[in-house]
Amino acid sequence: MAKALFQVRNLKKYFKTSRGVVHAVDDISFDIEEGKTLGIVGESGCGKSTTGRCLIRLIEPTSGQVFYRDQDICQLSRAEMKKLRKEMQIIFQDPYASLNPRKSVLQIIAEPLLYNKIMPGADKFAIEKRVLELMDKVGLAERLINTYPHELDGGRRQRIGIARALAMEPKFIVCDEPVSALDVSIQAQILNLLKELQRELSLTYVFITHDLSVVNHFSDDIIVMYLGQIVEKAPADELFENPLHPYTQALLSAILVPAVGANRDRIKLRGELTSPIDPPPVCRFAKRCNYYNQDCAAGVPPLLEITPGHFVACHRIKPGSNTLVEAN
Amino acid sequence: MSTATDMLVSRKYAKRSGLAEIWYRLKTNKGAIAGFTIIVIILLITLYSILFIDFEEVTAMNAANRLQPPSLEHPFGTDDMGRDLFLRTLYGSRYSLLIGVGGVSISLIIGLILGSVAGYFGGLVDDLIMRFSDILASVPVFLMGMVIVTVLGQSLQNLIIAVGVTAIPEFTRITRSSVLVVRNQEFVEAANAIGMSNLAIIFTQVVPNGLSPIIVTVTSRIGAAIIEAAALSFLGFGIPVPHPEWGLLVSEGRNYIRTAPNLTYFPGLFIMITVFAFNILGDGLRDALDPKLKK
Repeated sequence: MAKALFQVRNLKKYFKTSRGVVHAVDDISFDIEEGKTLGIVGESGCGKSTTGRCLIRLIEPTSGQVFYRDQDICQLSRAEMKKLRKEMQIIFQDPYASLNPRKSVLQIIAEPLLYNKIMPGADKFAIEKRVLELMDKVGLAERLINTYPHELDGGRRQRIGIARALAMEPKFIVCDEPVSALDVSIQAQILNLLKELQRELSLTYVFITHDLSVVNHFSDDIIVMYLGQIVEKAPADELFENPLHPYTQALLSAILVPAVGANRDRIKLRGELTSPIDPPPVCRFAKRCNYYNQDCAAGVPPLLEITPGHFVACHRIKPGSNTLVEAN
Repeated sequence: MSTATDMLVSRKYAKRSGLAEIWYRLKTNKGAIAGFTIIVIILLITLYSILFIDFEEVTAMNAANRLQPPSLEHPFGTDDMGRDLFLRTLYGSRYSLLIGVGGVSISLIIGLILGSVAGYFGGLVDDLIMRFSDILASVPVFLMGMVIVTVLGQSLQNLIIAVGVTAIPEFTRITRSSVLVVRNQEFVEAANAIGMSNLAIIFTQVVPNGLSPIIVTVTSRIGAAIIEAAALSFLGFGIPVPHPEWGLLVSEGRNYIRTAPNLTYFPGLFIMITVFAFNILGDGLRDALDPKLKK
């Protein structure tokens, strides 16, 4: 097995607030292999975006290590980090907020080229040529070069965001819900574009989303997060065929099936997300779990390998059993 | 190789920036155009006075001409030393403009730096800067102006400093609040992700997007600065005599307000019109810069 591009170990990010400490990301570990896509799924507030930002150190983790090519990036100085930034980029959720409204398309895409001196000694012709190349690559027409973000629709804006990320010629891109702000028809276009670019440029992705149907065709491995912790981790096919954690099962049952009269047994979750502020040391999903019993109060369940490559954190699932213990 | 390939492709396509749109909206605002026109006229008057009126002419005394009422020869009349008030008033416009623009520049530059640092970095830096600004703001404007002029001495330069310093808290606070609005937007994070330094982010990403309220404050503060300077001059803390600063003219005319009210009215009118012009231009700008008013 190839050495992983990223190795995340015991990553924690706590935010201090006046009401207590928010455990946004609480002790998670995973690997990302080169050229693959890792999907991170979970509902809003589960820490998936925070995890993505910690990976490229847009947010400083509270503790833990993030190894990129065996180098702990949390220990790097500002200057060293700046060099590494070229290799890791991010695509944001909201293409309206992620583009500077005072800059034209040309200026936005050229910005990373100029600030990192990626093309040393290049004149404005060379820069413009490169910008046009990037625009072509993401499917933006040449005539849009002088337009401003407010003149364009969401899909085009997201393409600008992608071109800006590609300008650095990165190896790794965090896609933070890149399609959730877009219309369904445009979602498919952007997903196909991302997929094509991955093949062409051999990119590694972390794909963050709350929508399992999006991540299904896109990811090699999937992590399901709940309140800052990983509850299930498996190859995408395995996760969809054989979801073990009660939370994953509920998420999967929420995917819409485009068929008339499709038999849909939706698993409904009761209650709301429990507070991430100073959570007690029990299974965090226990309060909403349909399979809850007193075992569940026995500490935070560890993430165990149930079958090869399939990890689950639940008191009710024992290694090798491959099924969820029936509800009492 | 001197063909079309030498031309920047971007030249081929029209560019309609946000600024062009703001200019368009400003053009359709009657108040703003009126204010702008008055300001241009005052600028022309200033230019005329610089080119054609010399200091000797407005300061030379002539006892025979004392306290003449307005006439064709002396449109605003003459003062108690026989000097033509019309020429003196025209000559004085340069002081007011210089004080308005110079004073606001001082407070703008310092306020912009303090406010953006406070807003962008937050935490202790923010607290320190804002408490300093609160202390400055808690001293009454005229007291502060009088203290500064007394300590530094009476001169045009020190009057500008006095007027400038008193407005620093206002600019600091406005800059800080617009920086706070902008700094949490994703495009700032994107700039961070491409490795931009904090300083570059503040000045290329944050400040340009938080500029609207600052521009509005600049225009209306120029008017306020002119009033403040005139008031300080009136109280005797301004430019020393015989410079015909407008506030000083009003002050000099005060002794004759019953017999020759024209001595107070005309300079006062000029102060009023100038300040009014800057204020309505400021109001127009505020409307033009507000994206919610977009059709």
